[in-house]
Amino acid sequence: MYAQMVKTAGHGIKPRDRMTPQERAFQDRIDAGEKIEPKDWMPDEYRATLIRQIGQHAHSEIVGQLPEGNWITRAPTLERKAILLAKVQDEAGHGLYLYSACETLGVSRDELIAMLHAGKMKYSSIFNYPTLNWADIGAVGWLVDGAAIMNQVQLQKTSYGPYARAMVRICKEESFHQRQGFSIMMKMAAGTPAQKRMAQDALNRLWFPSLMMFGPPDKDSAHTAQSMAWKIKINTNDELRQRFVDQTVPQIDYLGLERPDPDLKWNPDKADGKGGFDYSDPDWAEFFAVLKGNGPCNTDRMKARVDAWEQGAWVRDGLSAHAAKRAARSAQQTAAQ
Amino acid sequence: MEKNAALFQFLCRMGDNTLVLGHRVSEWCGHAPVIEEDIALANTALDLLGQTQLWLELAGTVEGKGRSADDLAFLRDVWDFRNLLLVERPNGDFGHTLLRQFLFDAWQNIILARLTESRDQRIAEIAEKAAKEAAYHVERSSGTVIGLGDGTDESHRRMQAALDRLWPYVGEMFCGDAADQTLAAAGIAPRPEDLRSAWDAHVNAVLDAATLARPDSDFAHKGGRDGTHTEHLGYILADMQFLQRAYPGAAW
Repeated sequence: MYAQMVKTAGHGIKPRDRMTPQERAFQDRIDAGEKIEPKDWMPDEYRATLIRQIGQHAHSEIVGQLPEGNWITRAPTLERKAILLAKVQDEAGHGLYLYSACETLGVSRDELIAMLHAGKMKYSSIFNYPTLNWADIGAVGWLVDGAAIMNQVQLQKTSYGPYARAMVRICKEESFHQRQGFSIMMKMAAGTPAQKRMAQDALNRLWFPSLMMFGPPDKDSAHTAQSMAWKIKINTNDELRQRFVDQTVPQIDYLGLERPDPDLKWNPDKADGKGGFDYSDPDWAEFFAVLKGNGPCNTDRMKARVDAWEQGAWVRDGLSAHAAKRAARSAQQTAAQ
Repeated sequence: MEKNAALFQFLCRMGDNTLVLGHRVSEWCGHAPVIEEDIALANTALDLLGQTQLWLELAGTVEGKGRSADDLAFLRDVWDFRNLLLVERPNGDFGHTLLRQFLFDAWQNIILARLTESRDQRIAEIAEKAAKEAAYHVERSSGTVIGLGDGTDESHRRMQAALDRLWPYVGEMFCGDAADQTLAAAGIAPRPEDLRSAWDAHVNAVLDAATLARPDSDFAHKGGRDGTHTEHLGYILADMQFLQRAYPGAAW
C-alpha cells in the first residue's frame, strides 16, 4: 500500500442535491459498481485525486526497489540472489503499469517523476527505513508486501478501470513475493542463533513502520470519506490495519519469534464479538516526521533517484536522437523511391 | 593438461564469467536511466545468474569433491576465479556498462553456438539453453551501442571513450592455453583463437553502424583466466561472499 495520506481534491463530499446532473450521473455509475474508463467524463477532483494516488503508488514501487536492491549483491546463495533480483525487477514492472495507468488521466510519466524529484509528490513512508541485515529482505516481503496486498486486494475493486486492472496483475505477483519473504523468515527463525537474532531484529524494526503503511487512524484521516464515496478507496485505514495485525500475529507465533509489541493480545470482544488482536499504536509523531523528510533514509533514497535520472539524461537524449535520425533516414528513403 | 582438470578449468571460466558479470549488472538495479532499461538490465543479470548455476554445478560434479555451485561461488578466493578481466571492470556510466556487455555478448553468442555441438552432452545442453538468452542479449546490447554511438554528440563521445577504455580487455577472450588445447582436441570446446574472426565481423559491423572508431591497438591485458585478476575482483567477492564468510555453515 503504497498510497498513504492521499489528499482528496475538493472540499469533502458534495451532497446529492448540490451535484450537477453530470456529477449525479457519475456518482450513480460508481454506486452501481460500474468502472470509469479514461475517455469517460469525470469530476476534476476525482481525476486529481486519482493522479495523486496512482502516482504515489507508482513512485513507491520505484523507490521501493532501493531498500531491497541494497542486498542483491550480498544475497547469501545463488538461488536467493535470483529470487531477490526477480522480485525487485517485478517492482519496476509494477511502477511501469502504474505510470501507464496514471498517463490515461492526462499526465505523463516524466511529469510525475519531475514532481517526485521536486518533492511535490510522495512515496510510501516505509521505504525510508533501512534494510540492515539479510532477514530484512525476508521481513520486507512478509510484512511490507503483506501490508501492500491488504490494500491492493481491495483496490482491484476500485472504480477507475485502468487502476483496478493494474491491481489485478500486481496482486498476483505480490502474493508470490510475500511467500518468498516468509520462506526467508522461516529459514532464519529456524537457523543459527545469529540468524534468529537477525530475524527478530528485522521484525522488531519493521513492525511499526509496517503498521504506518495503512496511514493515520480513521479519526485523523480527513480524506477517507470522499475517496470511499468515489470507490477510490474501499476500506478505511483502521479496518485494513486490523486485518493485517490479525493475519500476521499467528505467523509471528508460528515462526517462534517474540511478538514485537507486548500489547499484541487477543481480544475476543473486538469486532462485535468476532475477536481481534489489540495492538499499540505506532508512534504517529515519527510517521509525520518521516513524511516530512526526516526518516532514516529519505535523503539517501531521493538522492539515488535524482542521480539515476540526471545521470541518465544523456542516455535518454542519445536514444531519442538516434530514433529521430532513423525515422528521418527512412522517410528520405521512402521519398527517394 | 589432463582432461578432467582442463574441463573443470573450462567450466569455472564459463561460470565465473557469468557470475561476475551478472554481479556487476545487478549493481544497476534501481539506478538505471529509465525504467525499461532497469528491467532489461535485471533481466540480463538474471539470465547470467541462471547460467552460472548450471556451469558451476557441472564444474562441481566434474571436480568430484562434493562442491556445489554455491560453494564454488561463495567460498573460493580471488586466485581461484577464472573469469575474464573484462567482466570485473567497474560499471562506469550506463554506456560503459552496455559497451562491456556488448563486447562480452558478441563473444558469448559465438562460443555458445559452438558449444551446442560439444561432444560432452552436458555442456551441449547448457549451451543450448544459454545460447537463446545470449542471442537476445547481443541483439539488445548491439542495438543500444548503435543507438548511443549514433545518438547525440555527448552520447557518441561517451561511447567512444568507453570503447577505448575497454578495448585492451578484448584480447584475453581469444588467448588459448593448454587446457583449451586439450578440450579442443577432444571435441569438447572450440579453440578461443578460432572465435576471433566471427567476433570481429559482428563487432566491426556494429561499430560501423554506431559511427564508433575501432581502436587500432591489439594490446591485451591477461591473467583472469589463470587467476591473476585486477584489484576489483577482491571487492566484488567481499560484497558477494559476506554472509557465507561471516556465518559459515548456516543455511539460508
